[in-house]
Amino acid sequence: MAKNPNRPLSPHLGVYKWGPHMAISIFHRATAFVLATAGMLTLLWWLYSIATGTEAYALFQSYVVSAGPEATAWQIVANWFFRLVGLGVTWSFFQHAFSGIRHLLMDMGAGYELTTNKTWSLLVFIAALTATGITALLIASRYMGN
Amino acid sequence: MGNGTGIGRVRGLGSAKHGSKHWIDQRLTAIGNLLLTSWLVFSVLVLPNFEHETVAAWLAQPSAAVPMILMLVSIFWHVRLGLQVLIEDYVHEDGNKFAALTILNFYVIGAAAFGIFMVAKHAFTGAPV
Repeated sequence: MAKNPNRPLSPHLGVYKWGPHMAISIFHRATAFVLATAGMLTLLWWLYSIATGTEAYALFQSYVVSAGPEATAWQIVANWFFRLVGLGVTWSFFQHAFSGIRHLLMDMGAGYELTTNKTWSLLVFIAALTATGITALLIASRYMGN
Repeated sequence: MGNGTGIGRVRGLGSAKHGSKHWIDQRLTAIGNLLLTSWLVFSVLVLPNFEHETVAAWLAQPSAAVPMILMLVSIFWHVRLGLQVLIEDYVHEDGNKFAALTILNFYVIGAAAFGIFMVAKHAFTGAPV
């Protein structure tokens, strides 16, 4: 395909003033990618470990949930790595879900006024961070001691 | 409109009316994902504990295995549609685009088959010890 490099380009990202509605759009994609890869692979690992038996399930728990009191330094590091991945996946889940609800509402024709659109975008960010914080606190209160 | 080749007969007639299916499927699976992931979160939260015995017994029931399989189908279908658009937006070179879309299809179908097989095996053969 011969492409003429002199063709005019339409104005792109660089010329617009950034706002919440633009941030939420790219976050929707980024979180989608996190969920599709890290999120789904962790879910499949969980299902595999349940179906395979207590040993496989204990291994999953030791990596993703808690390395336990007798863990080696390496196991603690690995556990914290997966905990951070889990935190990222949890936030991605809420961000993508709430942002997706916004998209479904906009598909019905609502929320295109500038101020409404900005408010909804900000609400999605706040709601996702709040939900992630509550989830992290619930899990931490149950497992951080171990 | 001539009587010639197939492409010659349809050229100039506008879209084949298939363009909206991708869009609609993405929305339908989005609604499916919202319902089924909500189900998963609440079902896991109400479990008395997360010991293997408890979780395995829960997943072996039809009332958990069936929605879990439906959730895997809905999510991986949604992933296929969504990441397809992402690849089409960012990968412009034909060869790379073909390769990326091939990998995407292998990934979603392979991963969905693996997950569904695990849940089905677990539900059919009973909780392992």
